Amino acid sequence: MSFMNDLINGADNRFDVNSLNALQKVTLRAVVVAFLFYGLAALEGMIMRTAAVIPDIPPVYGSVDHYFAIMTAHPIVGIFGSTYQLVFAAFMFLVPYLTKKPLYSVKLANAVWVLITLGTALAWIAAFIWHYAPLYTLYWPLPADTTQFKIIGGITFIAGVAIIMVGTLGFIYNIYATIFARVGIHKNKTTKELLISGFGIDGMLNLVHKLTGKPPYTKEPALSLPVVAIFRGTVDTFLDALVILSAGILVLVYLIANADGISLNVASVDALLYKNWFWWGLDLVADGLVLIYVAGSWYLLATLITGKKLFMENVARAALMLELLVSWMVWSHHLLADQAQPEIMKLVSGEMVTAFELLTQGLALFITLVTLWKARPLKMTMELKYLLGGLVGFGLAVPAGIIQADMAMNRVLHNTQWIIGAHVHVAVIVGLYMTLYSAVYVLWPLVTNNAKLWSMKLANAHFWLHLIGGIGMGAFMGMAGLDGMLRRHMYFHGEYNTYMILAGICGAMLLLAWVLFLFNIIMSVGLKGLIGIFLPSADKTASFGVEPEAVPETLKA
Amino acid sequence: MSFANSMELLAFHKVAYTAYSLLIISVIAWFGYNLTRKHKANSLIRVSFYTYIAFLVAAGVGHHIFTYNVVPWVSEDITRNETVPDKSYHITVKDHHFILPKEKMVVNCGEKVLFDVKSKDLVYGFGLFRKDHSMVTQMQVNPGTKNDILWTFNESGVFDLMSTEYSGPKGNGMFVPDVLKVQCTQKIAMVDGGKV
Repeated sequence: MSFMNDLINGADNRFDVNSLNALQKVTLRAVVVAFLFYGLAALEGMIMRTAAVIPDIPPVYGSVDHYFAIMTAHPIVGIFGSTYQLVFAAFMFLVPYLTKKPLYSVKLANAVWVLITLGTALAWIAAFIWHYAPLYTLYWPLPADTTQFKIIGGITFIAGVAIIMVGTLGFIYNIYATIFARVGIHKNKTTKELLISGFGIDGMLNLVHKLTGKPPYTKEPALSLPVVAIFRGTVDTFLDALVILSAGILVLVYLIANADGISLNVASVDALLYKNWFWWGLDLVADGLVLIYVAGSWYLLATLITGKKLFMENVARAALMLELLVSWMVWSHHLLADQAQPEIMKLVSGEMVTAFELLTQGLALFITLVTLWKARPLKMTMELKYLLGGLVGFGLAVPAGIIQADMAMNRVLHNTQWIIGAHVHVAVIVGLYMTLYSAVYVLWPLVTNNAKLWSMKLANAHFWLHLIGGIGMGAFMGMAGLDGMLRRHMYFHGEYNTYMILAGICGAMLLLAWVLFLFNIIMSVGLKGLIGIFLPSADKTASFGVEPEAVPETLKA
Repeated sequence: MSFANSMELLAFHKVAYTAYSLLIISVIAWFGYNLTRKHKANSLIRVSFYTYIAFLVAAGVGHHIFTYNVVPWVSEDITRNETVPDKSYHITVKDHHFILPKEKMVVNCGEKVLFDVKSKDLVYGFGLFRKDHSMVTQMQVNPGTKNDILWTFNESGVFDLMSTEYSGPKGNGMFVPDVLKVQCTQKIAMVDGGKV
């Protein structure tokens, strides 16, 4: 087939957009938008990397206002616009697929990706046009500081974030309504049984029964392990959405009052208490949501790749429950440099409980590796490659975070490039995204009805560029952090040029990797297919791989 | 083992984490290679599940115990309310400016110095840096709360002050050069968790 034919109709005309049902289309819509936002975040990252060496580069032109506005938009676009959309899309497809039930509402699923897209766009516009730049942490009372920021910018930004959170709540409702629907395989299950399974309690009870010599609590848990991980992670997503919404409402009250000429006293809100509240919620994204969703994704991918049962499944279920307690109690590691924070909170929550993440994530890594190992020999498929890449990412990033969550190290690493480079960027770009790419390759034949991938060479080039670029960028940023480079600071005198040039080269590899991936996908589905994904589906089915239940003869009559 | 100052700690950390990174990448690469082989792989070492778990617990908890005992400023920080400082400096931050004591800040090696910093508006950071930009120490400065840090210097030098927390675009200029001079008459080593 010719290049032009593939570009227009997809590789070998194998992608038939009209054959997709409503669930497949809504999944693909969110995936497409998620990868577009990823590209925007990568571009923003490259602008900042370059400005760290040449501050006068357009569009920054040496302006701290513009630089920090980009830095404010960057995580919103990357985390919510891209990662949230991708994860939500995958899970809104997987929960019906794994539970063999229809998605509760395709309309709501469509509303979710529209709301998150709209909210992300608004937050980005607020930063781009009005240079609203309180940064992702929104430390009180900075977001309400109208001497530095325009009120309209603040209101637009906060409204954008609030819309993202409303979309997030829509996702949560859809997931829980699907899991708790008493249809198909869950027709005879009670809410209590589903809840016990969802929280991993049955896995814990199975372990206790085994230790005490009793027969298993249950041989067939109500929910499969990946669904348990999705259920568990979604609890944290819910709490996180509530915290961010509440912080947004507080900021809005001050901004709207200011717009009406009323100057409310910012000191009536305790800055440290606010910081604790905000980090408690925000940390649920990083230490609850990401780790739990990722662990669940590893388990799912390992079982799908090997076709075998997960190794130590009861331990995995129990570990997900343990992570529930851990993820709610670790936020204080963000406040180790706050001298007014009670020392006991720093020691227990900030250091000791946080260290448990080494255990919970280490367990997930171990279980995944052993499941793969027991199924040897395996073919080194794209999904397996990416899964191994994801394991490397978290193998590097989790200890990097634990190192900083220490009263000694934190004193010289807090707010440096170490945390954002060696920990956050390696966790998200290498750990999380490579896991998500593995899921994309596993889901590709299911969601596209076996469309052909245009080029394996491009897929491999994407893999290596992304892996080396991601680890390299994180490593050089981390080293700059060890030498004192701050994470939220613009340098004008070339203080860290060597590290920043090396990090920039690795960042360029990441951007090139994304271009190759996007090009490969467009060539696989074709421009017609790409447009068709966003057109209404003729087939309104909201499930995949489920045979319709036979209607009893008595009802037919 | 003990670390006299942050330079020594960070240098050790750089080597240790690089070695760990190379190790974990190699392990996964070796693992991936052997996943595709039909023949049984020869394990370099066999690690049981319980040994692995014990290692994770030891690594997580041990890291804190290790640093507590060898990094001098940890115990000093925890007991700072019970310690009488040799010198105290009161600093205010307002409108993105540090308002420093009138007298020049000059300290001797081994003296316990208390920096008590108050913010009148936003959240700032109080960070001392060497001339090569590496960090000596820092703390967050929240409005409405007490922000004090006790520090014992044991290296000669002239240090700069920077805000280490983002306080809006205006905060980027919060830099005061040569804010503190430390003079050492003899080389002093920190031992046993901070005793000079």
